Amino acid sequence: MSLELATRVLGYVGPGVEAEVFVGHTALALTRFANSFIHQNVADATTAVRLRLHADGRTATGSTTVTTDEGLRGLVARTLAAARLLPPDPGWSGLAPPAPLAGEGNWDEATAQAAPDARADQVRAFVDAAGGLETAGYCRTLHWSGAFANSAGQAISGHTAEVAMDGIARLDGADGVARMATGRLSEVDGAVLGARAAAKARASAGAVELPPGRYEVVLEAPAVADLLGNFALYGFNGKAYNERQSFAEPGAEQFDAAVTLVDDTLGVTGIGLPFDAEGTPKSRVTLVDAGVTAALAHDRRTAAEAGARSTGHAVPGGGAFGALPTAVRLEPVAAGAEAAAGAVVDPAAAALVAGVERGLLVTDLWYTRVLDPKSLVVTGLTRNGVWLIEDGEITTPVRNFRFTQSYPQALAPGAVLGVGARTTTLPDSWGMSWCTTPALRLASWNFTGGASG
Amino acid sequence: MTHFDVATAAVQAALDAGARYADARVMHRRYESMSARNGEVEELTQSEDAGIGVRALVGGSWGFYAVPDLSDAAARAAGGRATKTAAASARVPGPAADLVPVGAGAGSWASPCEVDPLSVPLSDKGDLLVHLTKTMREHGADVAEGMYQIWDTEKWFVSSEGHRIDQHIRECGGGISSTAIGDGEVQRRSYPAHRGQYGTRGWELVEALDLGAHAARTAQEARALLTAPLCPAGETTLILGGEQMALQIHESVGHAIELDRILGWEAAFAGTSWLDLDQLGSLHYGSKLMNITIDPTIPGALGSFGFDDEGTPAARRDAVREGRWVGVLAGRDSATVAGLDYAGSVRADGWARLPMVRMTNVGLEPGPHTLDEMIAATDDGIFMDTNRSWSIDDKRLNFQFGTEIAWEIKNGRQGRMLRNPTYTGIGPTFWRSMDMLSSEIVSWGTPNCGKGQPGQVGHTGHPAAPARFQGVRVGVRG
Repeated sequence: MSLELATRVLGYVGPGVEAEVFVGHTALALTRFANSFIHQNVADATTAVRLRLHADGRTATGSTTVTTDEGLRGLVARTLAAARLLPPDPGWSGLAPPAPLAGEGNWDEATAQAAPDARADQVRAFVDAAGGLETAGYCRTLHWSGAFANSAGQAISGHTAEVAMDGIARLDGADGVARMATGRLSEVDGAVLGARAAAKARASAGAVELPPGRYEVVLEAPAVADLLGNFALYGFNGKAYNERQSFAEPGAEQFDAAVTLVDDTLGVTGIGLPFDAEGTPKSRVTLVDAGVTAALAHDRRTAAEAGARSTGHAVPGGGAFGALPTAVRLEPVAAGAEAAAGAVVDPAAAALVAGVERGLLVTDLWYTRVLDPKSLVVTGLTRNGVWLIEDGEITTPVRNFRFTQSYPQALAPGAVLGVGARTTTLPDSWGMSWCTTPALRLASWNFTGGASG
Repeated sequence: MTHFDVATAAVQAALDAGARYADARVMHRRYESMSARNGEVEELTQSEDAGIGVRALVGGSWGFYAVPDLSDAAARAAGGRATKTAAASARVPGPAADLVPVGAGAGSWASPCEVDPLSVPLSDKGDLLVHLTKTMREHGADVAEGMYQIWDTEKWFVSSEGHRIDQHIRECGGGISSTAIGDGEVQRRSYPAHRGQYGTRGWELVEALDLGAHAARTAQEARALLTAPLCPAGETTLILGGEQMALQIHESVGHAIELDRILGWEAAFAGTSWLDLDQLGSLHYGSKLMNITIDPTIPGALGSFGFDDEGTPAARRDAVREGRWVGVLAGRDSATVAGLDYAGSVRADGWARLPMVRMTNVGLEPGPHTLDEMIAATDDGIFMDTNRSWSIDDKRLNFQFGTEIAWEIKNGRQGRMLRNPTYTGIGPTFWRSMDMLSSEIVSWGTPNCGKGQPGQVGHTGHPAAPARFQGVRVGVRG
């Protein structure tokens, strides 16, 4: 159906114009709870058509959710008219050539078709497992299908499904969190997540204020996800690199040797469509290989500027901010002897905590903003649980900190003291992107102040 | 069928399925944006977006369903599904919610617009951005950017209480920025604001900005910043420009007075608030100079409307009066839970999203001074201008903001330029230290306010003027 729609729009454009059509259908359903009851339960089903065309050296883009014949013809007419009126586009890099997909996208029918009751049941389990603590969060399911056709002959389609659950438990103003995403509803257990969030909240009672300064840290997966997201947006963005606004230097040993970072939509932990907004098939791209910056994310335009090939990272409307990895995975270390998880430590981080003489366990980072994109100095706050680690044991809950830290420096050669053996896939709050990561033990993190009022 | 008929059918279907209240919004939005970079148009996007969102109340839970199909059958199906979705919430039930009364009936409203921004020829807009970015490049920018955005939104709202309201809201704005790239860092200067200035006005807003008069200056300042001394670290007297004050108001007051946050409804994602309803009317939020209003009736400001997305007519009210906290941003359900008698601050960013508590125009009333007078009255301090970064904790207490530029102030004179300025503080402590306030008010528009799950992008307005604060920590570095 979607590919037929894309081809039909292409037909309306007619000959002599380079054109590409992306048809995306999303069915998003989200059950949101707060104060331990469901207070919002929402769903929508949307089909959007995006047309980009290049005519007489000029480029324009249009989109619509009006998929009647009249609506689609209007889209084509508007976009053609716009292209004629614009200044020339000398940087046009042409259409993606026909190329086969490496896969159709990770897919699970039960997840895609989940009813409101299925999400409500997960919420019920989360709330019950919190044992009377106040809870809040969401359970969502997503079905995303897409089709792409261009006048160069590329015609492809794929689909993916996602379920994400993210919740906190609260006790006397202290929050504990549990968060995950996966392609299969059957892999979500609201009770496990609720119990973990509650354990963290309970263990935060009586948190003390510690002086700001540099501390060794163990970052659990939700905190590490923030690093990976900022690396993707500012570091491995081909456009930022072309303009010398990125720290990335391909071939340079910029990270600790323990760091290997890939973008892998079609891998076991990947979620997303199997092609990008320009119809380039997705493939596994190694961004950092054992500490060495190996590749950047490119769309067709940034690749042409860099003398490279598109890596399949074009995003809709991404002309202004460039190409982005959307399924980043930090590779875990090979599994070894695991320490026993405590009440507050995610099992994936327990072995790392055991090795810390004095440092902090950080669950989550929040409201992070970049002070300088090139050095990637970021400020933000801890959230959802911080604890002092002494001689490998969690000893004291700590109140939230503000930090100001260069992210590349935090993962620089010699700075990574440990990488966890288990990964967690985490949803992004805003877009259709995900990251998969283990916990990290880092030699130093720059906390610049307390967050208390 | 008219759009009112479609919405009415959806509401009736929701009631038939068991909802005790229902409303529906049909929305049709056209959007256009263009960006240019280094003398070339980079991207033009034109989109059309139309659909219906139906909200149904069952017990204490909202159900919401949205589709882009405006047929009678699709609208009825959406109404039924909204109610069914709400009913599933009974597996984790909460207290039944009521809605604070608002006037029901027919209404119509349109924002002021002298020059329809969508009718301005694309070639004229493209030529403007190309010229601006060429000028910035010629004056030293490594990366020169210019952009505008236009939203043209029509809404038809119907509720089971008898609302029948249509609105036509046109918003637009734009701006320019110059980036200079050094060995290890990047400096940027923007005009008139970080990400531009916006309002519920026509293209006359962009013309009034006179972007061309500022293109060369932004490039020169960005380049000069690369070699300027670092903003010193320590505590000092701080003067903030009006655009940064708008952001300060948005983050440390606007979000903090959102009733859904105060009630815990946003706890997991956006966070809560340091404010406790028991203190409403008595809490000392800031100095006597601090008068904050919630006012969606300001002509041309980005947070203006005739009715919110629950059908509540726009009305002005106080949020902070002479430093005392006296009002919140509320919706019909949250107001009832809190025991308040007013709503009027609920909006959605499109037909496919559930309306939620949102800032309208949350702004600071003017003071008696000018920026020049504040500088002249300062022996030793720093003047910071134009937002660069913003971060605040989940209770809206601890903030750290960075600005693009700063200047030191010595003996009542503005001195040398400073780079990488930041300041940090705790909301009420900071606001209580405000001792001078300018009369030079501008209604700044913020078109990128994120909140809610699924995420929604809100358009908010913030009347703000330069202000002076004492004893502020500046110069935090990594």
